Amino acid sequence: MVERLTISRRLFIGFNYIFLALLSILCILPLVHVLAVSFSSSSAAAAGYVKLWPVEFTLESYKYVLGKEEFFESILMTIKRVAVGLTVNMVLTILVAYPLSKEVNKFRGRTIYAWVFVFTMLFNGGLIPLYMMVKYTGILDSVWALVLPQAVPIFNMILLLNFFRGLPKELEEAAFMDGAGHWTTLWKVYVPLSAPALATITLFTMVFHWNSWFDGLIFMNSPHNYPLQSYLQTVVIQQNFTSASLETIAELSKISDRTFKSAQIFLGSLPILLVYPFLQRFFMKGIVLGSVKE
Amino acid sequence: MLNKVTEDRIAIVESAAKPAKKRAWKFQLPLHLMILPGLLLILVYSYGPMLGAIIAFQDFNPARGIFDSEWSGLDNIRYVMALPGSFQIIWNTLIIAVMKIVVGLIVPIVVALMLNEVRKELFKRTVQTLVYLPHFLSWIILGGVLIDILSPSYGIVNQMLNWFGIDSIYFLGSNDWFRPVLVTSDVWKEFGFNTIVYLAALTGINPTLYEAAVIDGANRWKQTLYVTLPGMAPIIILTATLALGQVLNAGFDQVYNLYSPQVYETGDIIDTFVYRIGIVDAQYGVATAVGLFKSVVSLILLSTSYFLAYRFANYRIF
Repeated sequence: MVERLTISRRLFIGFNYIFLALLSILCILPLVHVLAVSFSSSSAAAAGYVKLWPVEFTLESYKYVLGKEEFFESILMTIKRVAVGLTVNMVLTILVAYPLSKEVNKFRGRTIYAWVFVFTMLFNGGLIPLYMMVKYTGILDSVWALVLPQAVPIFNMILLLNFFRGLPKELEEAAFMDGAGHWTTLWKVYVPLSAPALATITLFTMVFHWNSWFDGLIFMNSPHNYPLQSYLQTVVIQQNFTSASLETIAELSKISDRTFKSAQIFLGSLPILLVYPFLQRFFMKGIVLGSVKE
Repeated sequence: MLNKVTEDRIAIVESAAKPAKKRAWKFQLPLHLMILPGLLLILVYSYGPMLGAIIAFQDFNPARGIFDSEWSGLDNIRYVMALPGSFQIIWNTLIIAVMKIVVGLIVPIVVALMLNEVRKELFKRTVQTLVYLPHFLSWIILGGVLIDILSPSYGIVNQMLNWFGIDSIYFLGSNDWFRPVLVTSDVWKEFGFNTIVYLAALTGINPTLYEAAVIDGANRWKQTLYVTLPGMAPIIILTATLALGQVLNAGFDQVYNLYSPQVYETGDIIDTFVYRIGIVDAQYGVATAVGLFKSVVSLILLSTSYFLAYRFANYRIF
């Protein structure tokens, strides 16, 4: 379609481009600024000289952060949590989504099961009863406390359920004709065909486990068991408002509190930035997935 | 002879039909087994706490446990109602959540419409990439960033204000500024995500509608008004109705990481309040009562919103 550009149309297009460019820059400027601070000398940072480029470039704060034992402990815990959590979440998501994707005449009881799962999205017992349950089941202070309470991510399960439903029924019927049962059909037909959906859910689940912090804070008695984001919560956020102990003040006098925090903020978001290109590619698919319904 | 064979066949078919139900059950058994592990876990960690919430009506004592604690009826709720500022907390929750919903609904629509006018694919994709990056970062990271850039002493935002001759503002410590900061930063984190959702809806609009509009003499603005916006209406209605279920969720992660006692007056919300009296002050019964109150109201709101979404946007969860 060839369109004649009037002057007002040209003006609009120009304004549109400028506005959108400014908006997107504005979105990431804060992150760039913090990154610049983390590479700057502590005196320059404390004096507020740093804008968008490091002033008196140094790796001091990174050396300091990476030399801290707590930092490594928390990274290890996060890796553990992502590995265990991802495995449990993915297996259970697949195992629950497959039966619930069946029509009710092919799976008696489907409706009741479905409601039992969906109701947990609508209602919850609250923070304290959940804490008590985690305590009673004896998983407090272990990685299981970060995994089991949300072992079945209902939203992802529904995403996968809708994807399963979109697959042609003939495939399943052919598999049954050949004598396959439900287990074989699920692992040999459904799972291989759902690779794009499963990849999307895998990435979302990894991001979820990487970013979670509150459960670590309340379910872990010992700070040595904090996952990274919970640890960062205590050093980057809490110290801002509560008075730091004498010990940490002495530590911090060597290095600017600000560059130190900035370095940790950057390190804490680094894995997300690394998987971001993949996230972005799968992201659109994830949205389309949810809308595949019959 | 022929008749005999037919009779035999009928007999075989009949004998097969009887245990058909039993066979169907056997064939479906794996489906029940597949669900079992997930079902057990949600029974323990989702339904267990729902039952445990009865301590909302107890003078709960951890040493005596859930079965031996004294029943106290509605005392916990009465106690909270009598606290000064408990209505302020409900009001804070509502006003913060509603402001986030309204601004968070309008901004992505405008940005999606503007992006829709962009013809250069590379530019479009770059903008999308940059604006939805914050969505994937936690409130710990973004909270740390905000605390840094909004700091009254070295924060770059206040440096810029000073440069324009405006005095430094303690954004996170001022009751005038705390809510606007919450809403703005929440929109910063989430508008990119929703923009993509709306853009996906825009690509579904039938191009012949635009051609027809051009033949009828509609300029770009008229096309936006009469073709694009109506095309987006279903998804906008859907987002708006589903948002109704969120009016008690003012965003615990965000508020908890940004607030401080100075701004409790405008920034303390139900979830942070439950956390403080429950985990910090160890008043388990009271905290559970407040949490239960929120859960029940949320259940009503969510059910209503799903019903409305089903009714007006033809939306089904699955």
